[in-house]
Amino acid sequence: MGEVISSPLPFLVVLAPLIVAAAAPMLGRWPNAREGVSIAGALATLGLVAALLPDALEGKAATASLVELSPGIEVTLRADAAGMLFALLASFLWVLAAVYSIGYMRGLEEQKQSRFYAAFALSVGAALGVAFAANLLTFVLFYELLTLFTYPLVVHRETPEAVRAGRKYLAYTLTGGLALIGAAAWLAMLGVDASFRAGGFLGEQRWWTDGQLWALFFLLVGGVGVKAAVMPMHSWLPAAMVAPTPVSALLHAVAVVKAGVFGMVRVLIFVFGADLLRDMGAWQVIAAASGATLILASFLALRHDNLKRRLAYSTISHLSYIVLGVALLGPLALTGALLHMVGHGVTKITLFFCAGAIHVRTHRDQVSGMAGIGRQMPITMGAFALASLSMVGIPPFILFTSKWYLGWGAAEVGQQAFLILYMVSGVLSAAYLFPIVIRAFGERSPAFPRFGEADARMVVPIASGE
Amino acid sequence: MEHLPILIPLPLLAASLVVPLAGLWAPRAVFPLSVAAIALSAAMSALALAEVVAEGEALRYTLGGWAPPIGIEYVVDHVSAFVAAVITSVALMVVVAARRAAAREAAGRRGLFYALVLLLLAGLTGMVVTGDLFNVFVFMEISSLAAYALVSLGGRAGMFAAYRYLILGTVGGSFYLLGVAFLYFTTGTLNIADTARLLAETEPNISVAVGAAFIFAGLGVKMALIPLHLWLPDAYTFAPSSVNSLIAPIMTKVGAYVMVRMFLSVFPEGYLTEEVPVSQALIALGLAGSVYGAYAAMGQRDLRRMLAYSSVSQLGLLAVGIGIATPLGLAAALLHVMNHALMKGALFLVAMSMRMGAGVSDVRMLAGVGRRMPVTSSVFAVGAVAMVGIPPTAGFFSKWYLSIAAIDEGLWFVLAVVLASSLLSAVYLFRVIERLYLAPAPVIAGGADDGSESDAAASAQDGGVRESPLDVTLPMALLALAAIVLGVLNVVVMERVLEPGL
Amino acid sequence: MEEVAARFPFWMIGALLGVGVWGMLGKRSLVKKLIGLNIFQSAIILFFIVGSMHTGATVPILWHGQHNPHAEDFVNPLPHVLMLTAIVVSVAITAVALAFMVRLHRAFGDLDEERILDELRR
Repeated sequence: MGEVISSPLPFLVVLAPLIVAAAAPMLGRWPNAREGVSIAGALATLGLVAALLPDALEGKAATASLVELSPGIEVTLRADAAGMLFALLASFLWVLAAVYSIGYMRGLEEQKQSRFYAAFALSVGAALGVAFAANLLTFVLFYELLTLFTYPLVVHRETPEAVRAGRKYLAYTLTGGLALIGAAAWLAMLGVDASFRAGGFLGEQRWWTDGQLWALFFLLVGGVGVKAAVMPMHSWLPAAMVAPTPVSALLHAVAVVKAGVFGMVRVLIFVFGADLLRDMGAWQVIAAASGATLILASFLALRHDNLKRRLAYSTISHLSYIVLGVALLGPLALTGALLHMVGHGVTKITLFFCAGAIHVRTHRDQVSGMAGIGRQMPITMGAFALASLSMVGIPPFILFTSKWYLGWGAAEVGQQAFLILYMVSGVLSAAYLFPIVIRAFGERSPAFPRFGEADARMVVPIASGE
Repeated sequence: MEHLPILIPLPLLAASLVVPLAGLWAPRAVFPLSVAAIALSAAMSALALAEVVAEGEALRYTLGGWAPPIGIEYVVDHVSAFVAAVITSVALMVVVAARRAAAREAAGRRGLFYALVLLLLAGLTGMVVTGDLFNVFVFMEISSLAAYALVSLGGRAGMFAAYRYLILGTVGGSFYLLGVAFLYFTTGTLNIADTARLLAETEPNISVAVGAAFIFAGLGVKMALIPLHLWLPDAYTFAPSSVNSLIAPIMTKVGAYVMVRMFLSVFPEGYLTEEVPVSQALIALGLAGSVYGAYAAMGQRDLRRMLAYSSVSQLGLLAVGIGIATPLGLAAALLHVMNHALMKGALFLVAMSMRMGAGVSDVRMLAGVGRRMPVTSSVFAVGAVAMVGIPPTAGFFSKWYLSIAAIDEGLWFVLAVVLASSLLSAVYLFRVIERLYLAPAPVIAGGADDGSESDAAASAQDGGVRESPLDVTLPMALLALAAIVLGVLNVVVMERVLEPGL
Repeated sequence: MEEVAARFPFWMIGALLGVGVWGMLGKRSLVKKLIGLNIFQSAIILFFIVGSMHTGATVPILWHGQHNPHAEDFVNPLPHVLMLTAIVVSVAITAVALAFMVRLHRAFGDLDEERILDELRR
């Protein structure tokens, strides 16, 4: 873990979104000011995260300790390398999402925008807290807060469907959170110092029985697996698609599911450690679950006509890329997984922004209704096409690189079967994404009125997303 | 301040004599007098707590200068100072917030109403500070009598609920007295410290075992331990709003406190776990209560009734903590006494505020109230989140320490049920939050048409819905805030107050 | 048999407790419930009084000139004093219960539990 230095910066990073959240409802009467604060807050957060970067690159982890939560366990924020990666991703995408939300929310004249901006900022703050959490209890704290803060976003539309989705979301994620709490309480009772360490802290204690280790494993992996939407714990994610598109972007790209896979990294590498998992043989369990998810979700994506749902299943599939990559326990696969986390974030947010832009301009959500749309919205659909290419994993896009590492990593640990899985899934990605692009540009639909390009405030983030 | 222990219940007792007279000649003075008395008692409790924490040892006070075990002794140690401070300060907030509701619900009899409130609190604080087993009984009956009378103010349904409460409550008190009789005939003393000393020397015998059984059965009634909870839902539902928001957060907690006291300073360590299966019974009944209460709460339409069953559920968790009986388990239980008092106080005040502002307490009628009563509704949201136990609110840490205590004893089943019960609470509490903030306007027969905009619909039904005034919302918000702040700062409470006391 | 006879007061107290519980649970009339409660409380009071007795003991009053007073010669006075308090509590509870009953009768015109419940449900 390198050197640890004390710094208030990680704390400020988590605090900045909270200030935005406090300010947003107060400025509710002046939308320009409110959204200005939102963007400024996003930029400030990004700046603060960037300020942590030099130290992190030198291998120093800036650490801030706050109050004691339970005797001997403090809320500690530490910006180590993995956390920095996630924090950079989240804060960078927040800037894009903040700009995009303005266009989207105004374009649709959505209700209760102040609540939306406040909850959005809080969610990002909680995600940053997850990124920097230095021990299990801090992680659980922010993980639960993330659930709580995203709930108003999921039910934002306030339709019965949204309320149902919200219930499902809470039921899944709160259960996951409870599993984590149970595991954390267990470790705290045993007096285990549950600070995340590369290589894991459970391996150091030699007095665990197998049964205890497996119980802990299922509690922890189950807890983070819910947010990472590993099957069979995935069904909240497609349901949550009723929320406005920026929320979907937040769920899929910025915060929630990424917190899940990031949690998986923390649990597998920093709690158990590769050696212990190999001894237990536990990695095969995750590998099997995520491998199955990878393929099944891709097939399910093929079946869905609703664009956002199709993207949701695509997310489920790609999250399992990452989880599988972590589970393979090889250095190359881990690199690939982390790269894929970043790459998928950037790419998926583009796809969702495009879907949202189409929705705002045309109010169409079905893939079959998008014939010829590329001619009206060339930039949007152009970005969509590029993102699709990346998603499938064609060079020179980032997801090609990550898949390369993932595949290589699978081969490195001698699991060629998973290499094949990755390739099959890539083909399936092509199968569910390319028809959209082809239909958008290739077919002409006379019944189509002219839409014109989306609002500039939405186009810019889409374009820069690539 | 050698008189500090008696100064906790004394202002309340004295004021309860003065206030009815004031009610006759100067009705305006009734409320300020009562609040001043409660505030004084709260200040004394806080002072006592500070002193106990600073000195590290209990304050002892002998009534009339008769040395114990002959005379009656008041003992304020860490635990009793803590509980006294919690109940008096929560009571202060609630009484202030309930001023308007009380003025309406006890119209014309304000002097008597506040006299009862003060008697109730005097009884409860008396139970907490006394160091004498029989004295506990007397104070318990004082507070219970006041509670019966207060509950009976809630119309004819309240009257009937009060009657049933009276019968069951008195049986509880009598059981306790019977148990004390068994202990007395074994040891020949009523002083708690002396009883503990003598019981430790006595060989375990049937008399002590029967005494313990009766004492815990009696206290079980007072703290609404399932299946002795039957008085609670009706009493909390039909009591006037100003009353149930006072008795719900604090009354059952004092019953729980006396239980903790039994484990802590009456029976020898391990006696209630190994010789008599009181611990096991408490854990089993507590778990059953926590699940049953949450399950029953799901089916309720009336907000107050829902909260009442939620109390049954939370008190079950409290009983589990007491039953685990390790210092950590007892600390978790006591922390939950505080947390639950704060949360339930806030939530029952919300119910009161909604009855005043929106005129409804049916959960289904609350649609759109979130917009009309923003402070009240957000207090509900905070209280609900705390009740579910999401970090870093106070409710989380009760469950956290309870979980740790359960694991420590290898009670995995307990851990599972504790966690599951918090999920169940999420089900019924988020249902209300959905109503408050998300539900489309209700269709009321004869109401104006829904209109197309949600705004118009909301105003169609609850055109008269207004936020409660500041003197209602401020105390309520303070309680909710305390539920967060004391959650974050729980280590201070645990390490400074509870751990030295256990 | 002697054992039983020696403990006769305690068996009586047990029986009274049982009668009281039966009155409270088994009877529909609110008045009878209250009577049951009173019997129950009286049984506990008797228990204290009987417990303070022992054979050959007398009233715990010292008179002038008594030589060598010994605790064994007197009945334990403390339970009596306690029971005075308990009786006061019991009277207070009975009074409150009777007051409720008057009001309930005014509100429902009845003191039968089932009928009141029916009335309330309506």
